[in-house]
Amino acid sequence: MRDVHGRVAALVFALGLILAGATVAHAGPYEDALAKFTEGSLSDTGDGINGVAVSGNPLAERVLAALKDGRLMFSAEKKTVYIQAKNGKLFDAFTGKPFTGKPPDDIDNVIVNNRLRNVIDADLGALTLMSRNSNRRFDAAQAVFRSRDLSVLPNVEKALAEETDPRTKRALEQARAAILLYDAKSSAADKIAATAVIGDRGDQDSLGLLDGLPPDLPPAVHAAVAAARASIAHTLALWNGVQNAWYGLSLGSVLLLAAIGLAITFGVMGVINMAHGEMVMLGAYVTFVVQQAIRAYDPNLFDYSLAIALPLAFAVAGGVGIVIERTIIRFLYGRPLETLLATWGLSLILQQTVRTIFGPTNEDVGNPSWMSGAFDFGGITITYNRLWIVCFAFAVFLALLAILRYTRFGLEMRAVTQNRPMAASMGIRTGRVDALTFGLGSAIAGIAGVALSQIDNVSPNLGQGYIIDSFMVVVFGGVGNLWGTAVGALTLGIANKFLEPYAGAVLGKIAVLILIILFIQKRPRGMFALKGRTVEA
Amino acid sequence: MQKSIEAAAKRLRGSRWLTAAGLAVALTLGFMAARPARADDTIKVGILHSLSGTMAISETTLKDVMLMLIKEQNEKGGLLGKKLVPVVVDPASNWPLFAEKARELISKDHVAVVFGCWTSVSRKSVLPVFKELDNILFYPVQFEGEESERNVFYTGAAPNQQAIPAVDYLMSKDGGSVKRWVLEGTDYVYPRTTNKILLAYLKQKGVADADIMVNYTPFGFSDWQTEVSKIKAFGSAGKKTAVVSTINGDANVPFYKELGNQGIKATDIPVMAFSVGEEELAGLDTKPLVGHLAAWNYFESIKTPANRKFIAEWHNFIGNAKRVTNDPMEAHYIGFNMWVKAVEKAGTTDPDKVIAALPGIKVPNLTGGISTMLPNHYITKPVYIGEIRPDGQFDVVWKTKGLVPGDAWSKYLPGSKNYIADWVKLKCGHYGTVTKKCSGSS
Repeated sequence: MRDVHGRVAALVFALGLILAGATVAHAGPYEDALAKFTEGSLSDTGDGINGVAVSGNPLAERVLAALKDGRLMFSAEKKTVYIQAKNGKLFDAFTGKPFTGKPPDDIDNVIVNNRLRNVIDADLGALTLMSRNSNRRFDAAQAVFRSRDLSVLPNVEKALAEETDPRTKRALEQARAAILLYDAKSSAADKIAATAVIGDRGDQDSLGLLDGLPPDLPPAVHAAVAAARASIAHTLALWNGVQNAWYGLSLGSVLLLAAIGLAITFGVMGVINMAHGEMVMLGAYVTFVVQQAIRAYDPNLFDYSLAIALPLAFAVAGGVGIVIERTIIRFLYGRPLETLLATWGLSLILQQTVRTIFGPTNEDVGNPSWMSGAFDFGGITITYNRLWIVCFAFAVFLALLAILRYTRFGLEMRAVTQNRPMAASMGIRTGRVDALTFGLGSAIAGIAGVALSQIDNVSPNLGQGYIIDSFMVVVFGGVGNLWGTAVGALTLGIANKFLEPYAGAVLGKIAVLILIILFIQKRPRGMFALKGRTVEA
Repeated sequence: MQKSIEAAAKRLRGSRWLTAAGLAVALTLGFMAARPARADDTIKVGILHSLSGTMAISETTLKDVMLMLIKEQNEKGGLLGKKLVPVVVDPASNWPLFAEKARELISKDHVAVVFGCWTSVSRKSVLPVFKELDNILFYPVQFEGEESERNVFYTGAAPNQQAIPAVDYLMSKDGGSVKRWVLEGTDYVYPRTTNKILLAYLKQKGVADADIMVNYTPFGFSDWQTEVSKIKAFGSAGKKTAVVSTINGDANVPFYKELGNQGIKATDIPVMAFSVGEEELAGLDTKPLVGHLAAWNYFESIKTPANRKFIAEWHNFIGNAKRVTNDPMEAHYIGFNMWVKAVEKAGTTDPDKVIAALPGIKVPNLTGGISTMLPNHYITKPVYIGEIRPDGQFDVVWKTKGLVPGDAWSKYLPGSKNYIADWVKLKCGHYGTVTKKCSGSS
């Protein structure tokens, strides 16, 4: 219609108005819809999205994908719209051809909000159902499952008929089931079949889908829905237990990482080291510096940044530890109160030093690609960063056990802590062993910092958050026993995570503390108490 | 670094000057006689923000912006023909130290006004000092309200200037017509009071108890796995769900990371945050946060001539074009300009006269409006809802029609709805509209 009007107008104003003629020349449903993006208001943008989606223009998918990522640009003055490619190049959205020349001064990206992003997702889902890439088809089917837009049903049926990939086919069936369930006009038999499909899917989304159904269903459908809901709820409850156990394991491994260095400095050497958290913090800052250097010199190495940071953090934190031991702590052996005060002061000094150098704000430590995202394992979501940290914590623990058990340094260390005069008379340089032991504990804290930088804020306060927990783990597990530290960390992590869903984060933590107090009353030396004559020394 | 050295140098100079003044006192044996002599050429402005400790992350910037505003005022010829001198102290994120440092600023340095504090607990700790020594505090941070003091001017947002409009937006069609609510906060006074107000407001709007989940976590909480999966489960009940977050500072980053990792997108369950601004997002991987929301009275991305000028001056002053501006900085901008105007109007820096002159003062804010100091010592502000962009800035997706006046006492809490504050006519910070009586101030 508008097209015709445009032509009539063009005829009336005929020759003089070349500019008007030019806009009319490419007026169509797609062009009209695109023009809406230059208005700069959200409701116009919404109209534009729907217009582009139904226009059938081959560029529609590109435009919507760009809009979703904030890469659709417009100039309000010139009434032009551009697609910005990921490499920054501009393309004319009307023709799809590369845009040459100077972009207009008032170029800006088209703003969308969450409601519009949902609309785009649904439209894109409908558009990409027939994509050649099976992953994209799968994502599209999932988007349709969530939007359950009735108008997409014919596309879903068509895609379903041609689909060969089993995973995508199942997703498409689920999408169709979701649409049918919410379609008031579909038959009861269809709805019951759809309920079965949704029930098979059996995840949280399916439960939400069934919960959201209107109450006025035919009795047969209602019964089927109730049965499906009960079965999903049952499966979810089971998986919920697995999930809590996993979360507990993950929290436990973080506690283990944070505490394992302390298990050496406090547990084995008996130094109440309040600056332990700051060694963790130093390790995290080493990671930051490494990533900054990589960003500046060779961004391709980013995925290896943690591997590069590990030895450096080990060296830096270990070096600082040795310096601290040689300059402060060695004069304070056997004086726990003075050690506590000195190391606490030291922790403040280290914090403020880092604050002065790097500033008080959080630093941006990125996740390498292999540590981002998550995968579904049965009914639970496992995030890669947590998974790697669990693995890393156990690797560090085992490595440390091996050092203590199988190396000469480990032997000397055990000898010195068990009986210093005897070790000295056997020719062991106890001072050197002390320095190296403290250095090792600090170095382990440093590499813990590399791992923790992936899940926590890298700020000068990083260490403070871990110091209390670390002491708790070491004391609970049994001072002087590495196995105790590991078991203690995991017990506390799992107890915490099983309490948290019922008691909440604040009360859960308090409950764990109370349990520890009671436990320590009963077994003052922790879970794995050292036995033998050396204990009293 | 350079700036802090300068600041320290200024402080040193200030204290040396004080020693000299102290000598003068000793010589003339008349303390009162020495004071006017000192007041003749300079006016001292106290800056009470933590430069070390946990709050340094947020407060250091406010100290810098105050130094900038004072420098600019001096370049314009000072105030009442005198030069403004900043006096910077460091209360080190230590609440009792705030009170001590405030006392030091007022009775030792004789400042005419203090700009400072971030957390509510630090403000509460300095209140008695300001009352006793009768000085002025400008408080620039969004907070829980439920307070109005004669000596304090609140340039940050009250709950009805941030929380209530944010909830209104989420309920609207553009906000996604949210039906289920998670109120997630850090366990301290601001989130608890704000959530109390929000709960009352949501219930008044007809939201059922079963559709609201309130949850608190400790300060600096970092293991969000259980909380986020709880939110995920709560949000998949078939009704549109949103999280209203009063999570404080540091705990936010792991929270958003966990949301991203567990695949919760802003289009599924949007998070509306009241404590996440440009400064918090700076130097952060913002990819998982894109599309999540924040409610403030100012965003750096708002394009007005005043804001452009302010940003340029800030970059120039701080010597780093990457430093962002944020809402509390604008609050200090407004507060400082209001104080300057009030001093000019009163013709003196005498706190009593300036306090009397402040209500009714109008100054332009950075987003194109004119903010007014109200008789309850709160100001009028526009409310903006922004969506987080990949570059850590915000796209404004909604704003209030005009400026919203701040309420000292919430209309939605049973304990405070019948109270108002008015320091002009009623001379009272807690006046019962039913009882017709003044019952203290907070």
